[in-house]
Amino acid sequence: MTGEHDHDHGHDHAHGDHDHPAPAHGHAGIQPDSKEPSEDWEFLEIALRELLIEKGVITAREIEDKLEEWDGKCPENGARIVARAWTDAEFRKRLLADGNAAVAEMGFELPGLKLVVLENTPEVHHMVVCTLCSCYPRAILGLPPLWYKSKEYRSRAVREPRAVLAEFGTRLPKSREVRVVDSTADCRFLVLPERPKGTEGWSADRLATLVTRDSMIGTALALSPDGTRA
Amino acid sequence: MSARFKSGDRVLVRNDDRQGHVRTPSYLKGRRGTVLKDFGAWPNPESLAYGGDGLPPKVNYWVRFDMDEVWRGDGDYAHRDSVVAEIYEHWLEPLGPSEPPRAKRRPGRRRAA
Repeated sequence: MTGEHDHDHGHDHAHGDHDHPAPAHGHAGIQPDSKEPSEDWEFLEIALRELLIEKGVITAREIEDKLEEWDGKCPENGARIVARAWTDAEFRKRLLADGNAAVAEMGFELPGLKLVVLENTPEVHHMVVCTLCSCYPRAILGLPPLWYKSKEYRSRAVREPRAVLAEFGTRLPKSREVRVVDSTADCRFLVLPERPKGTEGWSADRLATLVTRDSMIGTALALSPDGTRA
Repeated sequence: MSARFKSGDRVLVRNDDRQGHVRTPSYLKGRRGTVLKDFGAWPNPESLAYGGDGLPPKVNYWVRFDMDEVWRGDGDYAHRDSVVAEIYEHWLEPLGPSEPPRAKRRPGRRRAA
């Protein structure tokens, strides 16, 4: 399950970073967090998992550990990175120059992938999509939202970005370049949203509360100081 | 390995109909763009995906395309908007600097439903 490479090969299955249905036959006292399997791929996944365990290739414990590891990755980590970049000019420079090295300072690693941080400015607004599958900087944002993996978002983001942005409540002047970043290969992209006005003097911890997951994908802006959508 | 293209170079995405684990999206095939950055050489995913060694590695570029070049007006975007994608070197062909600019098109509009 360890790969040098984590993008999702067309069906969101990459090495250890895919969405796991709960075991079909829950143990006593443990409630499954998904319904009984009914689709072919669900039966295939269960059969494969049980065979791998039966043949001693992996253990059930390893699967559980991996699930817990992935559950521990969440957008709050990305928000801490962004808030630090807003308050620490030197860190911001390092983050934009070499994303991997900068986030490693905070304990985050993206082995085998290049982290590229996209700085939103009054001139350019970045918005990330993976039209081919669901590539996403999971190590720092956790699992992608379902809409990010939907065919609708994947096809519309590159063709009608302004309509998609409007549906997220994000309206930008036409003079600002909307740059849709299609995550097609070995890079992973994190959007560095603009720091909201009216937050002068705020601590990094307080600023982090304004950094939403969507603002780091680029479908939204960071929240206003009162916590509402900008 | 040395990179064939550098930042600022105009390139054309090959219109190959190759099957397999291709990381070049169809909507960019045959489109003209500008190299923004060279991300260095990576094992070739078209080989890696099938248990191959990914050799020889391929240089991965960041290429910027005008929305007007990609959609020819059939989309919802503003005139300056763009799409940027990672494209491997073997999918790119050089375009001369003297290439005449494409005729101006109206900026994108929302498509009829």
